[in-house]
Amino acid sequence: MLTVRFGGLAALNQVNFEVQRGEIRAIIGPNGAGKSTFFNCLTGVLRPTAGKIYFNGEDITGLSSDRVSQKGIARSYQITNIMPNATALENVRVAAQSRRHSWNMVRHCMSFQDLVEKAEQALDKVGLLAKANELASNLSHGEQRNLEIGIALATEPTLLCLDEPTAGMSAAETHETMALVRRIAKDFTILIVEHDMPLVMELASRITVLNYGAVLADGPPAEIQKNPRVQEAYLKT
Amino acid sequence: MSATAPSSEPLVQVEGLHTYYGKSHILHGVTLEVGRGEVVGLIGRNGVGKSTTLKTIMGLVNARQGEIRLEGSSITHEAPHRLARRGIGYVPEDRRIFRLLTVMENLRTGFDREGVTESRKKMLLDKVFAYFPVLAERRDQAGGTLSGGEQQMLAIARAMMLEPKIILLDEPTEGLMPRMVSQIHQIIDALHKEGVAILLVEQNVPLTLEASQRIYIMEKGMVRHHCATSEITVNDPLIKQYLGV
Amino acid sequence: MNTIISFIQNIPLDLLLIQTVNGIVTGMILALVASGLTLIFGIMDVVNFAHGELFMLGAYVGVVVFALTGNFWIALILATMIVAILGAAMQILTLRPLIGRDPLTTILATFGISLILQNYVLWQFGPVARKISEPITTHFNLFYLEYPWYRLVIAGLSAALIGLFWVFLKQSKFGVWIRATTQDRVMAQAMGIPVPWVYTGVFAIGAALAAASGVLFAPMAGVTHTMGLDWVLKAFIVVVVGGMGSLGGSIAAAIFISLLEAYAAIWVSPAQAVIVSFIVLILTLLFRPTGLFVPTPK
Repeated sequence: MLTVRFGGLAALNQVNFEVQRGEIRAIIGPNGAGKSTFFNCLTGVLRPTAGKIYFNGEDITGLSSDRVSQKGIARSYQITNIMPNATALENVRVAAQSRRHSWNMVRHCMSFQDLVEKAEQALDKVGLLAKANELASNLSHGEQRNLEIGIALATEPTLLCLDEPTAGMSAAETHETMALVRRIAKDFTILIVEHDMPLVMELASRITVLNYGAVLADGPPAEIQKNPRVQEAYLKT
Repeated sequence: MSATAPSSEPLVQVEGLHTYYGKSHILHGVTLEVGRGEVVGLIGRNGVGKSTTLKTIMGLVNARQGEIRLEGSSITHEAPHRLARRGIGYVPEDRRIFRLLTVMENLRTGFDREGVTESRKKMLLDKVFAYFPVLAERRDQAGGTLSGGEQQMLAIARAMMLEPKIILLDEPTEGLMPRMVSQIHQIIDALHKEGVAILLVEQNVPLTLEASQRIYIMEKGMVRHHCATSEITVNDPLIKQYLGV
Repeated sequence: MNTIISFIQNIPLDLLLIQTVNGIVTGMILALVASGLTLIFGIMDVVNFAHGELFMLGAYVGVVVFALTGNFWIALILATMIVAILGAAMQILTLRPLIGRDPLTTILATFGISLILQNYVLWQFGPVARKISEPITTHFNLFYLEYPWYRLVIAGLSAALIGLFWVFLKQSKFGVWIRATTQDRVMAQAMGIPVPWVYTGVFAIGAALAAASGVLFAPMAGVTHTMGLDWVLKAFIVVVVGGMGSLGGSIAAAIFISLLEAYAAIWVSPAQAVIVSFIVLILTLLFRPTGLFVPTPK
């Protein structure tokens, strides 16, 4: 049960939420429903006012975001968060490096072969291996968004949280990203916040609808589509 | 679907607008128009680019491609303060009133223009206070002390001070109680009666269908459908497709 | 405990009062200089490193006008107006093109201008200090000192100028424009306020305030090409301690710091008393970084 209060207003009000391993779970809801707040709590950016978060049986409530990342939850952001002056490979390699500790100050970072390989694998999964040595700022918007997913993948997460991965993409790029997510879905559990309804309906195995900080409905796409309260919430009828 | 054609040349025309935020391609060629005195609704889900369309028209965001015309002349890269003086009022999504200025000073930023006589200022103030008596009560209070609904009214009143030909209204009912929502509806109707055109961005579909003469439906940065509001109802499958789930 | 009591009892009361007066006088000039600086920062996020040179330029223009007319007050008014115009020109030519760019570029630009102004003045007027005679040469007896009336006039005039400026900000149309633009530049534009010109106007006003301080201060010390340097440093400290962008805060901070320095000068040399301002600055940054005199820390 998760509650987050901002001042007097509950951004999330007693939200109960469970994800099973291997699901592709979409979180949708109209403006201000609390989707970002939920993600922020999950990934340690925000501390919930009340309630607990359990991951893999462990209580991770209130852990800082770097600790949460170490536990195996990775996140991509709504506003692209890559390092523009580094190559695609370097962006991902740094993420891979976070999982491995080395005090060695003399070896060149690229000589850690296993890390470079992990990075290349992640790039391959998101279809950017050909652009490994390209500066991240030179990539197209869609490629940058996918790089963001690649960075998350390189941390070898158990749970992948995607925050509006197709924001600002053309129809073609959206299609590609959708295919990408389907490809990697078999290896991870995925939580995705999106506004693009056709995408959500096709991709998700289960959908949770938030409205005014509370869970409005929860179920497979077909059920959600038929739910009159969900339509009401979106159309404000 | 045919739209009811405006009786004269359209007031505002937007053609093939492409807007980016950095590399993020938000508007993929938006085309729409608003006739003189018309209330036109712009609806669509979150993140499709409705607010961005308004911001681009107002010159607050740069259009990379495409054209915007006001009464026939191109205003695509015109500075926002000039557009305000030419008759475009803007009421943003988060109201954005000047919190440290009093209600009166907020209104002042609108009517303190050249060519406005003292008597006209008084007339404008009287008019706005008639529409929004609450603002008259709070005229010397700082904007930041007003409630959400009052701030929304102040934001609209402030734009009205410009005596605009068209008001760009961005989600005026968001976060407001139902009683205030109907008040906003009344204000839109009143402005329409005065001949002020309104481009209304909203997520509240029933309100938009009732208040507007025509609507445009947007998805993923483009206009997907437009028609007269007389030709469509809330239960239309198109509405479900583009706005619902 | 006893040593503290005897220490306090030993402070000469008359010296304390004299230093209080001195502190207030310096404080008011500093407040005038700092007001312009904090205004410019508050509205357009520009750190104006040339502000001290506008002060200095005001003094030099004052020297020239004074030499031509022999009248201090005409010098004050003309210098203020001329430097205001120069300030506007400076903003239009060098700072407007930089709007929207990395703030570092404006810092470098204003710093460059300060160097140009200093050296121009050095070239034109030479290294010897110039003088403007004070308009009022009478003294009165402040304890054992013959205290010049002129110093009190400076304090009074500075206060009057600041007061005028405050009223201007609160009541006039342009004042409302300035305050609106400071709070929300984007919505100010959407309300038809010509923000680029508001920036120019504010810069001109800031320059005018600095120039006026320069002319007022000139009779107290000489007019040299480096006179701006001391003042700009203190002015920056005042702006930070008073809360960046807060006019009331700068005024309070200016007087506060000047008084502390004046009191410190009772025991140490004035050159060493300057350390006090730096201590106040460091403490402010450590404990109340938004400003000592800003009501609610955000």
